[in-house]
Amino acid sequence: MSAAGAAVSMRDIVVCYAGADRRAVDDVSLDVAAGEFVVLLGPSGCGKSTLLRTINRLVVPAAGTIALDGRDARDQTPEALRRGIGYVIQAVGLFGHLSVGRNVAIVPELLGWERDRIAARVDELLALVRLEPARYRDRMPRELSGGEQQRVGVARALAAEPRVLLMDEPFGAVDAIVRTALQDETLRIHRALGTTILFVTHDVDEALRLADRIVVMNAGKIVQADVPLRVLAKPASDYVAELMDAKDAVRRLQLLRARDAMAPPGAPTKGRIDAERSLREALSQLLEGSDRLSVVEGERECGTLGFEDVRGAIAATER
Amino acid sequence: MAYLLRHPGEVALRTLQHLEIVAIAIGIALALALPLGVLAARSARVRGPLLVLLNAIYTLPSLAVLAFLVTYFGLGLVTTEIALVAYAQMVLVRNISVGLLGVPAAMREAALGLGMTPLQSLLRVEFPQALPVIVAGLRLATVATISIATLAGKIDAGGLGALLFAGLDNDDPNRIVAGSLAAATLAIGADLALRGCERLAVSRTR
Repeated sequence: MSAAGAAVSMRDIVVCYAGADRRAVDDVSLDVAAGEFVVLLGPSGCGKSTLLRTINRLVVPAAGTIALDGRDARDQTPEALRRGIGYVIQAVGLFGHLSVGRNVAIVPELLGWERDRIAARVDELLALVRLEPARYRDRMPRELSGGEQQRVGVARALAAEPRVLLMDEPFGAVDAIVRTALQDETLRIHRALGTTILFVTHDVDEALRLADRIVVMNAGKIVQADVPLRVLAKPASDYVAELMDAKDAVRRLQLLRARDAMAPPGAPTKGRIDAERSLREALSQLLEGSDRLSVVEGERECGTLGFEDVRGAIAATER
Repeated sequence: MAYLLRHPGEVALRTLQHLEIVAIAIGIALALALPLGVLAARSARVRGPLLVLLNAIYTLPSLAVLAFLVTYFGLGLVTTEIALVAYAQMVLVRNISVGLLGVPAAMREAALGLGMTPLQSLLRVEFPQALPVIVAGLRLATVATISIATLAGKIDAGGLGALLFAGLDNDDPNRIVAGSLAAATLAIGADLALRGCERLAVSRTR
């Protein structure tokens, strides 16, 4: 089994819930590249969770096909399919009668791995989500904080090296500081493993922080699918503009790096900023009393940055 | 007390008989109640009518039911067990279904989402989670069965009831005291033992 991501291809997916007057998912097609981090964004009831749950067949579409790396999801039993797809939910759903280690071991046990291999994998995963194995392995879920529980939830979902990871508002129930930490961990794990991730949220800032590509949904349909900066700068409709609060230029600055806006080096500067930091941080430093920052790569100045450069970068996103 | 001291063999035999009657009844009742309880938990349409029916059986006076059953199945153990199993169903099915319905939806969602079959989810997640409520039902059913099983003595099925009714018929308070003591000890003992199991189950799930 390879740990790298699988491509997900959804074609003409329709989901109808009994008794509902409109389709929960209305003829949606979406291609997700191997290793891509796609965020499904929209208000509650827009169909984003339902669409996500068609991928592991917790929801069976009335029409349409889903393929993972070109292979029709219906070629295997739902159970076999799900054991190859990680799944993280907001309520976490850790099994209260099993230790942290046994929770993480669930899918490898279902797959019939040998004891030693499972034990080694459990420790490896706890370390991956930054829970010290020796301290956490034998604790019970109820003894953990909400953030720690969701780390275990992520470890459990990743246990059998799934090539696709589905995350359904996973950090919606934890406080802001913990949420930011978990988002950082998710990005780090995504970079380390290359797993394809589909992530559902209604939190615009979370989508902007995480996504390679944002898929905006409304009333069961995809209304825009593009890289975060373009969704912000060029919203496809008034609905998207309003949802994203796209007029907020500062929000866009968060997605641009100092490197993207800098002028050639040489001008007199006060203060410095790393080339990879966001323009939002740069603006903050400028507002604190510098007319021009030195943009550095390590110790070397590679450019300079002033107010007019920041304004120019914003204008460039609208072209 | 005097009888107990003079005839320890007789009292022990009747106690063992009583235990056997109860064990068979609870065993069969559980085997029946587990699938019924799962069915009731999965389908609201089954749950309502099933619990109404079991509740109706439960409210019938036990001596009347026993007498009624004797006309069809005759005297003896079979008739006794049919009555005891029928009585235990209400508490067992109710607690099994309530226990399963009390399992957080997220756990079932996670179990299925991770690739468990519905049966694996039931055995590995839902039953362990529902265990405290199920054991509580088992305790109530067992204690009630120990008590109702004394009526078996009236229809030639043995047990501690035989001792009690013999005492009543022969105006022998010693036998009545011995039988009552043994029956009470059984009931209290079973209650305590199953309370212990309940606490153990609670400590493992919550």
